Amino acid sequence: MDFGLTADQQLLADSAREFLAAESSPTTVRRISEDEHAFSPELFRKIVEQGWTGLLVPEQYGGLGLEMLDAAVLLTELGRSLTPAPILSSAVLATSLLCSAGSAAQRKQWLPKLASGEVIATVAWLEEGDRLDPGGILLKPRRARGGLRLSGSKLFVMDAEIAHLFVVAVRTGTGAGEAGVSLLLVPRDTPGITVTALPSIDVTRRVYEVKFDDVTVPPTALLGGEGKGWKHLARLLDVACVAIAAESQGGAERALHMAVEYAKVREQFGRVIGSFQAVKHIAAECFSEIEPSRSLVWYAAWAQHGSPRDASRAASMAKARLSDVYSRTTDRSVQIHGGIGFTWEHDIHFWFKRARCNEAAFGDPAFHRERVAQLSGW
Amino acid sequence: MGEGGDTSGMDLTHSEEDEAFRRALKAWLRKHMPKRSTYVDGGDDFSYDDPRRVAAARAWQRTLYKAGYVAIGWPKEFGGQGASIVRQTILNEELILNRAPSLIGAMGLQMVGPTLIRHGTPEQQKEHLPKILTADEIWCQGYSEPGSGSDLASLKTRAVIDGDVFVVNGQKVWTSAAHLADWMFCLVRTDVDAPKHKGISYVLIDMKTPGIEVRPLKQMTGESGFNEVFFNDVRVPRTNLVGKLNEGWQVANSTLHFERNMLASTTRTQQLMNDLVALAQRRTRNGAKATRDPVIRQRMADVLIRTEAMKYHALKQLSDEIHGRPPGIGASINKLVTTELNHDICAVALEVLGNYGQLRRNAPHVEDKGAWPKDHMFTLGLIIGGGTSQIQKNIISERGLGLPKGA
Repeated sequence: MDFGLTADQQLLADSAREFLAAESSPTTVRRISEDEHAFSPELFRKIVEQGWTGLLVPEQYGGLGLEMLDAAVLLTELGRSLTPAPILSSAVLATSLLCSAGSAAQRKQWLPKLASGEVIATVAWLEEGDRLDPGGILLKPRRARGGLRLSGSKLFVMDAEIAHLFVVAVRTGTGAGEAGVSLLLVPRDTPGITVTALPSIDVTRRVYEVKFDDVTVPPTALLGGEGKGWKHLARLLDVACVAIAAESQGGAERALHMAVEYAKVREQFGRVIGSFQAVKHIAAECFSEIEPSRSLVWYAAWAQHGSPRDASRAASMAKARLSDVYSRTTDRSVQIHGGIGFTWEHDIHFWFKRARCNEAAFGDPAFHRERVAQLSGW
Repeated sequence: MGEGGDTSGMDLTHSEEDEAFRRALKAWLRKHMPKRSTYVDGGDDFSYDDPRRVAAARAWQRTLYKAGYVAIGWPKEFGGQGASIVRQTILNEELILNRAPSLIGAMGLQMVGPTLIRHGTPEQQKEHLPKILTADEIWCQGYSEPGSGSDLASLKTRAVIDGDVFVVNGQKVWTSAAHLADWMFCLVRTDVDAPKHKGISYVLIDMKTPGIEVRPLKQMTGESGFNEVFFNDVRVPRTNLVGKLNEGWQVANSTLHFERNMLASTTRTQQLMNDLVALAQRRTRNGAKATRDPVIRQRMADVLIRTEAMKYHALKQLSDEIHGRPPGIGASINKLVTTELNHDICAVALEVLGNYGQLRRNAPHVEDKGAWPKDHMFTLGLIIGGGTSQIQKNIISERGLGLPKGA
């Protein structure tokens, strides 16, 4: 019996934290976030050298072949440092889809390049309805000479401007159910694609609208077979929940740490504000939420392989809880900073904003609590 | 890993030997559990208002002990089995999940017993430990006083040395089970000139000693589980001192290391959560099953998620202990979180119950024998008792986060 990390997982956490402290300090994050696409090829190259783009890629395709708990450990550190890099979008989400839905040929074509960082991929799922159920997927390609022709748009696509490959959720069948959902692999340079930034409060992670104007893809672009996309998206939702929960865990830990360190040096009324119970109790409440939530994240990540029957419920639990905890922690961390916390100059707002975006991404807490209720058989 | 300790990674299964222990325990419980009707009847753990209940509770602990299911973590020479923390956890889990009656001698088993094992004289150990195991001695804890609640170390009950005895004068309060206890472990002031933590001693007091008066306090639940205890020239043999004179504060605090309550308390929370689900599934609200109400579903899912988080957190703490990894600030967080969570679970149940949530145990139409409104109150008491939530937050912010002590 052991509820804990392996030596390798602990090593991954420690080395990632050390690497990111050096290479992705708040100053660096701020500088990268001022880039048009919040992307630093230099930092990304160093990240590739760490092997993180290949974390979930099977070894036969040049990756490390690790599992979700390893990814969660890494994402916790990336969330702590708020590193602007396409790990969640490409190395976790798009890679998971390719691993689960890809044909042998597709896996062979893309996974080595994803692992090596040569290709960045991202998932284009949401549309105007901002819905995570099958009914939210309305983008319907027409049959055309040479394959399928696509016109319409996808919203909130992470890192789309720097991506080389989109995994696009489309409706190939009739009705609004699961059966008509398909996935398409669409290279960014296919004619007819326009990527438009959706300026967001979180400048460290960019989201975009991807427009398709008579974009034609061959039948081989289908990922996972026609009409068979939903089960992969449903699985992706679990992966995304765990990933974002893990990232939120690290972010919440960092925000509270910043607030506590500030409270130890900021003086008012002749003493450090961290000696006032009004401040101490806020910090203690945050800490009391953050510590148990780490175990929830680890369990949910582990359950993806270790307890598949409980995987979806555990993922939703982690997502719901960490959304609440991260948002509440960053609220309170800004509060402890007082006026300086409200300025652009101070760094704490970056974490506050990531918390809000993470809360909404892949289902808000109410969505996941309802999913937990359903999966509990209530 | 930097801190040392073994790191085999996630494995949520127990060994075959431990699972065999669980199976044997379950089978034993099926056969020997007392009938609920003759036993717990909606009263809280400490009230035992009917003498027949006290007798039945003592008998139950004795039966459980003879079967090898009491204080299994104690060393063998003191009547335990030196069992692993995994076994202790399994035992706690199964007793709670099978709704076994709680142990009337819990205070002795969890608090004074371990203290005597560590700090007691051989005579004290020989006299008390066997009787603590069999519930022939029921113990109460003499800590809080009218003027010393959260600031426990300010306590004023005096013990003056007179030859071979301490002469004790003063008052304790909120003393759970004092009305049925045979003995009290008690903190008394033995040096009024020393700094407050350094003039306290830990003594054992026979509750039959002349000069002790126990007055029950009626709680907001309507029951009388705790008491005021008055000491008027109570003569306590000096041989009843545990540890050194004026070092009672350290003796009392060292006992906290023995507490395994954290694991038991998360199991209790799970059980409460299970009861809430069962309640919501059989009750209706606005003409439909309560579990169909979207607001109720949200609230239930919220407390379920927090319950599960504590379950895994307890498993992590257990694992850290087994594998020799450094512990965190676990106990205070557990106390703060689980007591408030238990209260919140009861609050959701009251919402499910609507007007039925006010009914007490003998009322017509009552649900779950009135347990929900009573537990809703009782759990509020636990947020206060054993170090209030506010005291826990002080501890967490100081020891967990390194913030300075206030003025």
